[in-house]
Amino acid sequence: MDKVFSNKRDIAVFVGPTLLLFVAIVLVPIFVSSYYSLLDWNGIGRGEFIGLDNYIEMFTSSRALNSMKNSLLFAAASVFLQLPVSLLLALILASSIKGEGFYRTVYFIPVLISTVVIAQLWSKIYNADYGMLNTLLKTVGLPELARDWLGRRETALVASFIPILWQYVGYHMLLMYAGAKSIPSEIIEAAKIDGASRVRTALSVIIPLMKPVLKVSLVFSVIGALKIFDLIYVLTGGGPFFVTEVPSTLMYTTIFDTFRYGYGSAISVFIIVECLVFTIVINKLFRTE
Amino acid sequence: MPAAISERPGRSRAAGTVGSILLQMFLILFAFVQIYPLVWLAFFSLKDNSEIFSGEVLGPPRKFLWTNYARALSEGNVLTYFLNSVLVTAATIVLVLILSAMSAYAIARMKWKLSNATMTLILLGMMVPIHSALLPLFMVLRNLNLLNTYWALIIPYVAFGLPVAVYIIASFFKSVPREMEESAVMDGCGVYRAFFFIILPLVRPALATVAIFTFISAWNELMFAVTFINDTEYQTLTVGMMSMVGTYITHWGVVGAGLMIATIPTIIIYLLLNKQVQQSMIAGAVKG
Repeated sequence: MDKVFSNKRDIAVFVGPTLLLFVAIVLVPIFVSSYYSLLDWNGIGRGEFIGLDNYIEMFTSSRALNSMKNSLLFAAASVFLQLPVSLLLALILASSIKGEGFYRTVYFIPVLISTVVIAQLWSKIYNADYGMLNTLLKTVGLPELARDWLGRRETALVASFIPILWQYVGYHMLLMYAGAKSIPSEIIEAAKIDGASRVRTALSVIIPLMKPVLKVSLVFSVIGALKIFDLIYVLTGGGPFFVTEVPSTLMYTTIFDTFRYGYGSAISVFIIVECLVFTIVINKLFRTE
Repeated sequence: MPAAISERPGRSRAAGTVGSILLQMFLILFAFVQIYPLVWLAFFSLKDNSEIFSGEVLGPPRKFLWTNYARALSEGNVLTYFLNSVLVTAATIVLVLILSAMSAYAIARMKWKLSNATMTLILLGMMVPIHSALLPLFMVLRNLNLLNTYWALIIPYVAFGLPVAVYIIASFFKSVPREMEESAVMDGCGVYRAFFFIILPLVRPALATVAIFTFISAWNELMFAVTFINDTEYQTLTVGMMSMVGTYITHWGVVGAGLMIATIPTIIIYLLLNKQVQQSMIAGAVKG
């Protein structure tokens, strides 16, 4: 029997193609990017080796630093604004409320829609002349609040946060809901018999038991914010005057608009390392507690 | 992995009628916030400019202007983008399913020294953002003259889709009893036949999960699509939408129709299989 399941050729046939694709397309490029990041190179001919100069430039350029600041603000907004709303919704729905399935299904719809569509939709919502937001403001008698939300420096960044927070609230809600539902009902019943109120039960019984799923949500919202590309690229392209730029869009324009392949690669390496560091830190935080 | 979605039997004692009415109002309001922008999109996809620009942008269209859809499909090239998306997504799903099922099987069931190491490597791969591969892949695809072909998207989509897929299917294999395939092999059926005719049918639920998850990510992907394809003939919906919006910047109705066409397949799948889609997104939550 063991002979049949340990035939080397069969194993190679089963796992070989996957491994090959994975190594060639997912793993090797990381090293290639790291190498590119040490070059001064416009993609034509050979690049010149310049050591860590691209990284030094990245950490001293106010444009790059601003993009990093934006992605960190984005991560903070996800963690402190989006996740609490998701948690609240998840706890309400998990408490067997009327319409549980309906609400869950509806809240989740935006998650499935392409971010390109979401971004185009929100650019119409924000449109200065005919957009939904300004029309609403005029309808309720607050025309002085209407403005060009994405076109002005003061509002562009916040206005570009909102669509993504809106889109993924339902995703974290679903993860947390599943986590809350997987808690054995006896534990919750026991708390109730002990006279704990609903809020009390949620705070001291349900939420502590949801720790694993809360960790997943935290990692996803932080990493998702650090990697964000689609929404900003379509909605503002990083403008006006780079105020909404994030590392991914800066990487993209550096490579494909200004043809600075080395510097762009340094930004991509920064994004990978940043994501890795945050994943490890969040996992550590949850382990030691 | 979080457990399946199932409704617990409702509680018999309503905990304060006023409280639960307020709660329902909050939930309905939130549902409205989540859904109204999409309804609004559906509305303006059926309007003409005079209606949109006369300040009646919020409500339903006075008369349904289906010609917006016809214009988007033909003049706006959305039909081409749509078919390209279907082709790329379908090929990605099929390849991901075959490759991940085979390798998950080898990892979970076959006996070889490096099987655990391989699994760890693939799990690590789930954390790699696609940003890291963008420029190196662009260079390779350019040198191989593969830019502006379907393969330029299918190959990277498959490679980046494999880690989660292998993880999901391998975990599922662990719940399938070994006796089935062992007795099959004992009866003289080779590993390949045992795999395709006995094992694969058993892991159908895991395959469905992977298929849905892969569909959502391939259908919606933008970064590779915008970089590797600039020929309209091969553009998928996400990139196509961007160029269409540029062309029809003042024709909201046509743009809206294009966005609706890009979204409708996902919505139909979701309406038909909403529990399965939700479970699949939960299972996919191992990807960072």
